[in-house]
Amino acid sequence: MNPTVSFILITLLKIVGIVFLVILPMVSYAVYAERKVSALIQDRLGPNRVGPAGLFQPIADAMKFLLKEDFTPAHVNKLYYWLAPCLAMVPAITTIAVVPFGSTLFGVPMVIADINVGVLFVFAIASLGVYGIVIAGWASNSKYPFLGAVRSSSQMISYELSLGLAVVPIFLLIGNLRLTEVVQYQIDHGWMILPFAGNWKNPVGWLLAVPMWISFGVFAIAVFAETNRLPFDLPEAETELVGGYHTEYSSMKFALFFLGEYAAMITGSAIIVTLFLGGWHFPGVPDGSRGWIFGLINIFVFFAKIAALLFVFMWIRFTLPRFRYDQLMRLGWVFFFEIALVNIFLAAAIIGFVDR
Amino acid sequence: MPSFLFWLFAIVMLVFGALVVINRNPIASALSLVICFLGLSALFMSLDAFFIGIIQVLVYAGAVMVLFLFIIMLLDLRAEERRKMNWVAFVGGFLVAFSLLVQILAVIGSTRMAKQAFPPLASEHVDDVRNVGLVLFGNYNLPFQVIAVLILVATIGVIVLSKRRLR
Repeated sequence: MNPTVSFILITLLKIVGIVFLVILPMVSYAVYAERKVSALIQDRLGPNRVGPAGLFQPIADAMKFLLKEDFTPAHVNKLYYWLAPCLAMVPAITTIAVVPFGSTLFGVPMVIADINVGVLFVFAIASLGVYGIVIAGWASNSKYPFLGAVRSSSQMISYELSLGLAVVPIFLLIGNLRLTEVVQYQIDHGWMILPFAGNWKNPVGWLLAVPMWISFGVFAIAVFAETNRLPFDLPEAETELVGGYHTEYSSMKFALFFLGEYAAMITGSAIIVTLFLGGWHFPGVPDGSRGWIFGLINIFVFFAKIAALLFVFMWIRFTLPRFRYDQLMRLGWVFFFEIALVNIFLAAAIIGFVDR
Repeated sequence: MPSFLFWLFAIVMLVFGALVVINRNPIASALSLVICFLGLSALFMSLDAFFIGIIQVLVYAGAVMVLFLFIIMLLDLRAEERRKMNWVAFVGGFLVAFSLLVQILAVIGSTRMAKQAFPPLASEHVDDVRNVGLVLFGNYNLPFQVIAVLILVATIGVIVLSKRRLR
């Protein structure tokens, strides 16, 4: 077969497989998991009516969203009102294109686009995510959505800085922005949060762990703020803003915002896993070149790590109360920004003066 | 990169670039500019210059335009839409832009470069991030530092100006 045609076919297959068979089902079951985890934490039962242990609840929810009346209020700006939910969903899913979600399967690398500026692509697409929320708030033409949109855009811009600065130490260490190289480095030298693994007696590894843990902490918390999750869900704080930027939305358009938030959570976790937790690597499991079964296990390991992080997201949501808006801004600008900046110098000093 | 993709993105860029000027609604103009930037970034990537293409999206579409949109949303848009067109300014602006276009075309057409095909700016095997970094911090280190100081001064200036009344 023509190499271009087969390349396009394989890429399409990967896109369809990862988005429709993994990410979207994961999004709908993340909603179910969220309700179950919250029930567990608050000592309730959670959804248990539809199917065994309520397992078909996401399907019932989807039917309900699809069949509800799709109401467009008269005072909105129609074109942008319709555009906003799409803009909220698309960037969240696009990010997954550069993330290596497995080693190889039948000799095909399990990453959709292995570009040499992988992590910058992630930040670029994530920074486009704010448009969906801003346009939703503006097009709705009413107070609460507008306030929610203004809050959300300033929050996302503020935390993007810490997000970007927090990953600099990793790339100082690796010297490459390609995400497959990041994973390969972690396979060779131990995961980013465990840089001493495999070489326990070397003090440099232990020294490097300090900036890496700071990076991990700042990055993970900034991801919470970027995805508008509690304790940073000020843009849609129910007690203050009714529903925030999606107050005026109903039916499937509301569902797109709702699911977009979960998709952003999944891709955010995917980035954390790739940068800090070794990607698809698990100690003792060989990569896909040894047989397709290992390739499948690698993919499974990657998504299992994401699922574990999603659980942490939910755990925190039902443990911590919401921040006040000025506290959120002070935390972002006065605390995390400086910590991330100092951390870069720390990492550079360690890498520069102490050779591995 | 097949040439039809080039034409696709070039047309997207030109159409939305024109819409930035034509639209009466400032929000629509700003969003058209975002799409124009995305088209430009795709053109950079078609030359295998991934780094510049991504930076185009990250800085302009993702940061600068979000701030623009943020400011525009706080304006009174109705006043902007009701404003009458100033025909003298329209004709004058058109003439200036048109003469600039004619000049640019004349200059480009007279050089030999217009007729030869260029190799890609970077390729998969050349690490353009590393190259940009080496040039920036090696050859142009002093200008780079000076620009950093300039931006710092501008930032401090903004804070001083906006906080003056609070004192």
